[in-house]
Amino acid sequence: MLVSLFKNLYPQSPRSTFYRRSVNFFYRHPRLVLLLLLAAPLFWLGIVYLGSLAALLIQSFYHLDDFTGQVVRQFTLATYGELFTRANLDVIRRTLTMATVVTIADAILAFPIAYYMARYASPGLKGILYLAVLMPLWSNYLVRVYAWKLILAKEGVLSWLIQQLHLNGLLNAVLSLPGIGGPSLSVSAIGPFLAFVYVWLPYMILPLQAALERVPASLIEASADLGGRGWATLRWVILPLAFPGVVAGSIFTFSLTLGDFIVPSILGNSSFYIGQVAYIQQGTAGNIPLAAAFTVVPMLIMTVYLIMAKRLGAFDAL
Amino acid sequence: MPSKRSAPLGLKIAVGLVLAFLYLPFTVILLYAFTTEDSGFTFPPPGLTLHWFTVAAGRSDLWQALTLSLQVATIATLLALVLGTLAALAVYRTAFFGRESISFLLLLPIALPGIVTGIALRSAIGLTSIPFSFWTIVVGHATFCIVVVYNNVLARLRRTSTSLTEASMDLGADSLQTFRHILLPQLATALLAGGLLAFALSFDEVIVTTFTSGQKATLPIWILNQLVRPRQRPVTNVAAVFVIAATFIPIWVSHRLSRAAESD
Repeated sequence: MLVSLFKNLYPQSPRSTFYRRSVNFFYRHPRLVLLLLLAAPLFWLGIVYLGSLAALLIQSFYHLDDFTGQVVRQFTLATYGELFTRANLDVIRRTLTMATVVTIADAILAFPIAYYMARYASPGLKGILYLAVLMPLWSNYLVRVYAWKLILAKEGVLSWLIQQLHLNGLLNAVLSLPGIGGPSLSVSAIGPFLAFVYVWLPYMILPLQAALERVPASLIEASADLGGRGWATLRWVILPLAFPGVVAGSIFTFSLTLGDFIVPSILGNSSFYIGQVAYIQQGTAGNIPLAAAFTVVPMLIMTVYLIMAKRLGAFDAL
Repeated sequence: MPSKRSAPLGLKIAVGLVLAFLYLPFTVILLYAFTTEDSGFTFPPPGLTLHWFTVAAGRSDLWQALTLSLQVATIATLLALVLGTLAALAVYRTAFFGRESISFLLLLPIALPGIVTGIALRSAIGLTSIPFSFWTIVVGHATFCIVVVYNNVLARLRRTSTSLTEASMDLGADSLQTFRHILLPQLATALLAGGLLAFALSFDEVIVTTFTSGQKATLPIWILNQLVRPRQRPVTNVAAVFVIAATFIPIWVSHRLSRAAESD
């Protein structure tokens, strides 16, 4: 009765009964719809991506036969053993040092702009600054690294600036330091350091700004009421509350430095970093097992790092 | 924690310096695209010329790389749009076992260092003996583009009020009609914003691509090859200027779209 009433109300309904039936069927089976929605994305990431990660892990337990140059598909820990040779440990230590130093430098550089955005910028200016930080983040990473090669070249912008400021003596003193120095800035350890600091800086600014944004104004006022001067408030109230933001940002700066192979291959003094070794091992050397074992190192380090970061409350600041 | 007072001078200067640091490389690249010197990076450049733009326009390898990049980015974006939207709809609609892990799984390809994703795909390609092709590049790119679309669409879905969907269903529309006429128009700008970001991400990607491209060169790979084996350096700078312009515009548009939706 009711159905025929509706049919009379909408006599021109163009939908076929098959269409009606299937729409109703799916309406009554929400789990099936869910399954259909998830099937494609899950297939892609679950099979293609996780499958690839599994392939990587499996490969790291194979090893390369030194005589034939072929990968032997047999379970062994020998490839992981190779990580502990002196040269490879040096690579890991060097990469970790670089990641740490870059993270600290980024935190120091990010603070003023994040603090200004959170505390002083008007809503309009904040939007502009936000976009100004975002633009470099999204623009081509390779081009940005390449730009540093131009800037740091022997006759490039930075040398010119140093000459204009008559700081040549200082530059030469820095370049003659053992370990980090070199013939020019772009082929010393300072080259990759500057490029790393530059390319990952926006990753530090954004979470730090978000954390500073959440510091309650009442706490700052309370600190002032209790006699805290600007610096005291900054040191004892704002910095501790912003720390989770720094940790959140450091996840990116640290992880990205650990895995990078482009920066040290364009700039720097040809001493190797983890990403580079992995890249060379899988490419020219054809030693995919060792390359795989090398990529497991940053994954392990990052797992430990993420667990620590979670304890420090970094995930609430993301 | 906005403050009513104006910022101390020292802080303003620090902000200015950091901004200068952020934009110095772009200025330098732009400047060197016009230099008259064809090798070396003397500063200030000995002279300025438009010559390299003509040379770049005549280089067929550059055009091939650009075409490949555009094709890969288009297909990868389309795939990411479909997969990301499906995942966002699923996560938004229903609570189910493992919902949290879906977000995590989608985030993984960009959370792990690019070299991990790259070598993982490379070793999977090696194990299954699939030949390198256009499609291996696309698979790599789509994998890390999905999350961008997913995040944008999910954020929009969470902001859309459910009363509209309910009203549509109450008025007799079926789920498909509701999706087509109610949900999709509201998602349109989120899809566009997410799609633009995915496009920019794919257009710029170099690390994963080095492992999945075989002999083919996308534009970033072309630039990388130029850096290792330079030939007419300023042409690289012209390509770099082009790449910067090609990403600044979609990012700016995408940012506008998301902000416009937020202030609604």
